[in-house]
Amino acid sequence: MSGLAERIAAAKAEGRAALIGYLPVGYPDVDASIEAMVAMVEAGADAIEIGVPYSDPGIDGPVIQEAVDVAVRAGVGMRDVLKAVEAVSGAGAVAVVMSYWNPIERYGVERFATDLAAAGGAGAITPDLIPDEAGEWIAASDRAGLDRVFLVAPSSTDARLRSTTAASRGFVYVASTMGVTGARDTVSDAARTLVDRTREARPDIALCVGLGVSNGAQAAELAAFADGVIVGSAYVREMLEGRGADGVRALTADLAAGVRRAGVPA
Amino acid sequence: MTTTSPPQPGELSLPARPGWPDETGHFGIFGGRFVPEALIAALDELTEAYEAMRVDPAFLEEFARLQRDYTGRPSPVTEVPKFAEHCGGARVLLKREDLNHTGSHKINNVLGQALLTKRIGKSRVIAETGAGQHGVATATAAALMGLSCTVYMGEEDTRRQALNVARMRLLGAEVIPVTTGSRTLKDAINEAFRDWVTNVETTNYVFGTVAGPHPFPAMVRDFQRVIGDEARVQVLEREGRLPDAVLACVGGGSNAIGIFTAFVPDDGVRLIGFEAGGDGVETGRHAATITGGTPGVLHGARSYLLQDDNGQTIESHSISAGLDYPGVGPEHSYLNDIGRAEYRPITDAEAMEAFALLCRTEGIIPAIESAHALAGAMKLGREVGPGALLLVNLSGRGDKDVETASAWFELGEEAAPTDEDDRAVEVGRGADPGPGLDTDQQPTEGAVSNDGAVAGPEAGETA
Ligand SMILES: Cc1ncc(COP(=O)(O)O)c(C=O)c1O
Repeated sequence: MSGLAERIAAAKAEGRAALIGYLPVGYPDVDASIEAMVAMVEAGADAIEIGVPYSDPGIDGPVIQEAVDVAVRAGVGMRDVLKAVEAVSGAGAVAVVMSYWNPIERYGVERFATDLAAAGGAGAITPDLIPDEAGEWIAASDRAGLDRVFLVAPSSTDARLRSTTAASRGFVYVASTMGVTGARDTVSDAARTLVDRTREARPDIALCVGLGVSNGAQAAELAAFADGVIVGSAYVREMLEGRGADGVRALTADLAAGVRRAGVPA
Repeated sequence: MTTTSPPQPGELSLPARPGWPDETGHFGIFGGRFVPEALIAALDELTEAYEAMRVDPAFLEEFARLQRDYTGRPSPVTEVPKFAEHCGGARVLLKREDLNHTGSHKINNVLGQALLTKRIGKSRVIAETGAGQHGVATATAAALMGLSCTVYMGEEDTRRQALNVARMRLLGAEVIPVTTGSRTLKDAINEAFRDWVTNVETTNYVFGTVAGPHPFPAMVRDFQRVIGDEARVQVLEREGRLPDAVLACVGGGSNAIGIFTAFVPDDGVRLIGFEAGGDGVETGRHAATITGGTPGVLHGARSYLLQDDNGQTIESHSISAGLDYPGVGPEHSYLNDIGRAEYRPITDAEAMEAFALLCRTEGIIPAIESAHALAGAMKLGREVGPGALLLVNLSGRGDKDVETASAWFELGEEAAPTDEDDRAVEVGRGADPGPGLDTDQQPTEGAVSNDGAVAGPEAGETA
């Protein structure tokens, strides 16, 4: 059974959406980033997207780029990521790795799957890997019993929604806006349309919405129709502005309250 | 492999395409599409529109007309016997892409992609650029076809290729200096992809080389293959035989694929790509992707790339902005691995020696990128010996490089200092003006020395 699916189902049983927070490993350094992830877990996040630093983060906006750049220059790699995975799952949340494809390919796809499972990770989100290119990862994740999360976008055709959701396990990442990561003032209406279309393509998998969520009010809005809410840049901003684990804890409290009052306008 | 039956009257005759890539853009294990899902619809749209366009007689006619009347094709082939004296007795023919409108081969591809942009009904184009030649070509085509144009260029490159920044702005394009990462071509590509994913409804990404996700490598190859299609006929006509080797510089690899493609089926013809060796591959400061890299994924495709143990892209180094790229097109990786083409590094110093030599012996100022292929001819010629016939792609002209070259050769006080100066001292060149630029040179007949130059305000009176 999928670790992510189970946790999201448990949240649903409580009548709420799941909260998934993202932070890259290695900003401002490895220990401080892991400490912040654990703070997220303690403050109520259900799952943590553990970001693998990458030199060419093609779909990330300036906020995430800035943090990741520091980690890349410090030489942060998969070993540090696996350490974060252990810490997060040890703290009681589901650990899912978020990585551009090249760091995984370089580490070795089989080796990555084996080591991730051994560290207690649930699976991986691969933002620049489409199922069409994912043969090796699909085989390795099957063998290791890992979740694999692919993305859908407003521009995805119905046929692609079907093939992408069919290849996914754990949840499907609904990238609600066309664009790069970064907190936005408004969560696009496109999110709801895309969630509905994706659900039609595959009704039996959890749909988590990301790209642009920055506060509890927006989380509440999304929680009305999504199974989970993903927050990234807003967390990274807490770190960039030096508020560290305390800032992350406060933001998590706000977001966790948000996913519990689904649909109640701010 | 495409098989061609003899063309019927009124039927198109397209040159045979190589048997690769496959339908999903794979050249063996290389190529493919490693991009966010959000871009797949746009890439599918481009692929479909391109496949329809490339066999559409109306397009082919318009493309041929533009190449002839606007670009000035076919570009000539020039034999350079005095330069060849430094090539071990080999004969050297240059394919003169430097004479194209806008000054390089980049225009070949851009005209095709601009027509495609209009065909899919988009009104804005974006492009990345390194040396600025692709940016200038894109700005040019946008002006010609009434498209709005934004060009991303690494801040470092806007400095060393300032002339081209000015040209793009004169042509009406917006030039955005990129300040992330290494501030060169790789980062300009990242920014262009970010723009594209955000504005894909109105915007087409005019990619400048044979890299990136499918369909770019195959499409850009098809638009650039005119170089080799022409050159093969030209060489056969004048020499009655094929060249022994075809040489080109390789950044992303578009001019090289452009001249190689027609010769790929000619087993006796060696195809050699010259990568930027920077300070020397052994120093780690280079851009020799196939020579010094390993397979991985960058900018939407699997290919050789310069990467560390964590899979992070390593910043490349080259005196030539157009070759200063840690990746390479997937078809080159494939041609390398199947043994059909060879790839070798050329250092900054070797390229600049060849640059100076062509200037002084033949009166042709090459782009520093192209000078890498010229340096390759000097080396290869000495290896293969007298009588060999080498065809070199002179991919562009050197107007954009005069500042860099002046600084390298320490010509004149007005030359802007660059960080190359420090390195020049380190490698012990000191005040040596460099090969081909001896201090006791005789002025060319009719040349005006500095002392005799007429100052601006007086010029009118004496004339
Ligand atoms: C004159 C010239 N030659 C070569 C290149 C390298 O590109 P490619 O390898 O795609 O031909 C450039 C790129 O800017 C260029 O301007």
